[in-house]
Amino acid sequence: MNTLILRTIVPLLTGLMVIYSIVVLLAGHNEPGGGFIGGLIAASAFALYGIACGVAPVRRALYFHPISIAAFGMLLSALSGVISYYKGVPFLTGLWWFPEIAKGVEVPLSTPLMFDIGVWLVVVGSLVTIALALEEKE
Amino acid sequence: MESYLSILVGLYFAGSVYLLLSQSLVRILIGIALLGNGVNLLIFTSGRITRGVPPIIEKGAKIADASIANPLPQALILTAIVISFALFAFVLVLSYRAYQEIGTDDTAKMRLAEPVEPSRLPKGY
Amino acid sequence: MIGYLVLTPFLAALLAPVLVFLIGHRASWILALVPGYLLYRFYEFVPAVAKGETVLQSHEWMGGFGINYSFMIDGLSLTFAFLILGIGFFIVIYAGGYLKGHQKLGRFLAVLLAFMGSMLGLVVSDNLITLFVFWELTSITSFLLIGFDNEREASRRAALQALIITGLGGLVMLAGFALIGLVGGTFELSELLSKGEVIKEHGLYSLMFWLVMAGAFTKSAQFPFHSWLPNAMEAPTPVSAYLHSATMVKAGVFLLMRTYPMLGETELWETVLPLFGGITLLIGTVLAVRDKDMKLMLAYTTVASLGLLVLMLGVGGARAIEGAVLYLIAHSFFKGALFMVVGTVDHEAGTRQIDKLSGLRSAMPITALAAALAALSMCGLPPFIGFIAKESIYYSLTHGGLHEWTIAIVAIVGNALMFGVAASIAIRPFMGKWIDPPKAVHEGPVMLFLGPLVLSITGLVTAVFALNFMQTNFFSPMVNAVAGSEVKLDLHLWHGINPALILSVITVGLGIAVFVFTANLKKFFDKVLNFIGWGPDKGFDQFICCLTWFAALITRFLQTGQMRTYMRVTFFVTALILLVPMFKLNIWPKMPNFPELRLWEIGVFVILVVGIIQVVFARTRLTAIISLGIQGFSVALIFMMFGAPDLSFTQFMVETLSVVIIALVLTRLKLMKQDRRSTASLLFDGVVALSVGVGMGTLLMNITQAPIDLRLSEFFSTYSAAIAHGRNIVNVILVDFRAIDTLGEITVVLITGVSALALIRVKAVPDRKTKTSQASSKIAGSEALKETS
Repeated sequence: MNTLILRTIVPLLTGLMVIYSIVVLLAGHNEPGGGFIGGLIAASAFALYGIACGVAPVRRALYFHPISIAAFGMLLSALSGVISYYKGVPFLTGLWWFPEIAKGVEVPLSTPLMFDIGVWLVVVGSLVTIALALEEKE
Repeated sequence: MESYLSILVGLYFAGSVYLLLSQSLVRILIGIALLGNGVNLLIFTSGRITRGVPPIIEKGAKIADASIANPLPQALILTAIVISFALFAFVLVLSYRAYQEIGTDDTAKMRLAEPVEPSRLPKGY
Repeated sequence: MIGYLVLTPFLAALLAPVLVFLIGHRASWILALVPGYLLYRFYEFVPAVAKGETVLQSHEWMGGFGINYSFMIDGLSLTFAFLILGIGFFIVIYAGGYLKGHQKLGRFLAVLLAFMGSMLGLVVSDNLITLFVFWELTSITSFLLIGFDNEREASRRAALQALIITGLGGLVMLAGFALIGLVGGTFELSELLSKGEVIKEHGLYSLMFWLVMAGAFTKSAQFPFHSWLPNAMEAPTPVSAYLHSATMVKAGVFLLMRTYPMLGETELWETVLPLFGGITLLIGTVLAVRDKDMKLMLAYTTVASLGLLVLMLGVGGARAIEGAVLYLIAHSFFKGALFMVVGTVDHEAGTRQIDKLSGLRSAMPITALAAALAALSMCGLPPFIGFIAKESIYYSLTHGGLHEWTIAIVAIVGNALMFGVAASIAIRPFMGKWIDPPKAVHEGPVMLFLGPLVLSITGLVTAVFALNFMQTNFFSPMVNAVAGSEVKLDLHLWHGINPALILSVITVGLGIAVFVFTANLKKFFDKVLNFIGWGPDKGFDQFICCLTWFAALITRFLQTGQMRTYMRVTFFVTALILLVPMFKLNIWPKMPNFPELRLWEIGVFVILVVGIIQVVFARTRLTAIISLGIQGFSVALIFMMFGAPDLSFTQFMVETLSVVIIALVLTRLKLMKQDRRSTASLLFDGVVALSVGVGMGTLLMNITQAPIDLRLSEFFSTYSAAIAHGRNIVNVILVDFRAIDTLGEITVVLITGVSALALIRVKAVPDRKTKTSQASSKIAGSEALKETS
């Protein structure tokens, strides 16, 4: 599958897919999408990249080991729950902030968002780990 | 509408069980993948089915339209899909490694943990 | 408060290893303060109990089941507590001297103290279940102590045997307790004791009786369960002296005494107990006479003494109980002392074979004195407590009919043989000409002779100086507690010439004859036993071997090692579970209505069906992968058509990834063209698969035809935007309403990632065959089976 066309197009495609996956992730609370779907899209992107260009470029592109990414996501999700302790509400209760960055432009920030980012990272990290492990030649 | 899906679910189960009962590792793997889909459809169907409207509240509205699809089974299935995929991937890796080590994909010949030549019955305690 | 007293030894047990680490074997002087302190605290109960009162205390445990952490102190439990603590005091000190410098002394003392606590808890328990818990705790601590020398096979076997016999007996007893609790309506002994008539007249009385007897007989080493007790002599001597003569083995007798008002004085009781007790008495003494190892001789006489106690309780009536009570107390003193004496001799002289020791009196004068005093008490000679006990026993036996006289003859024979053994142990090693023992012998240190000396002197002092005191404070309350009625004791050293005294004289005469002709008797018994050739000890090995063999057979049958068998069984049962209830209860779904489908819906369904069938019967990798993809994408389309865009996306992505990774694997893993199954098994599997499919389908139809409860879904729909600021209800459920579930689910995903990584990285395991052959090397008991087969 190491063809010239694939090798030329896939890096671009991967970039687009990852960006799309982030859009899906952030839009997820109101439109179809979310951490799981976004994570799967990004994971397929990296898997595709690995098939087309080999595993080493993917590892370079990711910089961190995928399983570390997954673990970090897990940490993020768990921490998003811990934050609620400081507000005196039960673990994983959703908390919202609406800081105004410019006049009339509110950016909703919330612990569910943080949680969802964590989910995204876990899904990406774990699945890429498995995919890369299988793609790697022994 | 549910009756069609019920038949489909039955078909899924029959097919996956048939594959799971086979002796070849690859067929068992495919059986697991099928079983995952079957179970997801089962949950989906038991939450009742409506054509069309996704469980998304319209912009500006506070409360969802009454005609939306049941969101609860969808939430369950969403994670189930990902988990069954993760499980499938893991089993895939496991079988692949087992194949590498043992050199066969015949489950009847994979007897590393429970050797074929049964050790003689114990004589002491 | 009693509860805390019972806990104290356990706390001390935690402290023991630390103390031993700090100050070595001297720690036992400090640890002996624990039983000492407890003795002081328990002494506070003496006046009340002497007046005939019963102290009850209770802490709620599982109140709903009538199970409480409750305690009762009456004459019986108080006397037992004093024996446990008093002898325990000297044993702890003795253990420090005996195991001085031993690496595991700390552990030893810890377990010893834990045993003390368990035994104490056992005797003061008021609740049957609490009693059972402590009962099993004594079994466990006894197991740990017998197996203390865990590097010796004999020691491990003895520990296991003791645990299996006493533990199983205890479990059977628990069943009996449960029955008693049901019949009596309470587990509290203090209430049950007054309900004796209810229990005795109940239809299940004999069952309760046998179940409780199983516990008592195994613990008190009655024939044929006695074999664990002599084997338990593998334990260090302090254990033998404490657990296996003075206290734990008496737990069975304690249980008989405790349940006497509930279960006793029936025809069954008065037949079974004398029978078992009498046989045990005779067998125990015969085996004791035969043996050369002094510790084993004492162990067999302990078996015999326990038999005598059971015998006396079986005779029943206040007088016989009085005899049993006195003998129990006397036995604890002299047998504890004698065990310690033998231990000291073994420790200092390096052997405990009676024919290798002689003339030690000059080297070990104090030990010799202790031995002599204890043996005199054991022989039942005046003026020792043993004499008074034996007089009481004979008194009760001479005031009865033929039944009692028969028992009296058994008792005389047993006592005479025991006399011979006691005399042998007191005289042969210490008197006579000097023989050089294996070690340069000298008197043991204070720690070793303190216990035996004090205990043997107690046997004398009790009888001569403190008889009245002991009688009012201990003997009478205990007899009253057992007999359940007011009994006046009138004990004296000298009763004048009566039938009991004559029987005593006969016993002494016979005993001297036994002592003199020991060698001949030994030969004779040897011949008899060799002729029989089989004993419960061997039987135990055979039984356990059969059990493991049987277990292996069952395992082999159930665990074929064939994955297909497991799968077949699983799915066969699944099909049965699905279909049988529908057949049985006739709850088939109504004929479903099939609404008209839109064109694209028909298309998707058809593609899906074709995809599934293609997958199932695929013969090449490519077909399999492609059709797997087809059915997956069709499912995604179904989700899309029925209002689940989230699922649809996810399913699409998952199917893509699935196809990618399955393709990656299948390039290296072949799909066999032919199914390996034979036609017959294909048929069977097909039927099972179809049954599961039909079952699931009809089940789902049944479900969808029933009304659905949508409250939860409505809650999510209503509040998703209002309080969780999200319009995509599915996502809000995932990350907000049910976020903790999702947290668990991403954990699963992470774990699969980590395990897959580990699997890929791990190198092949070394060949296992060498390991399995080692595992089947010979273990204890292998020889026993060889002999029988």
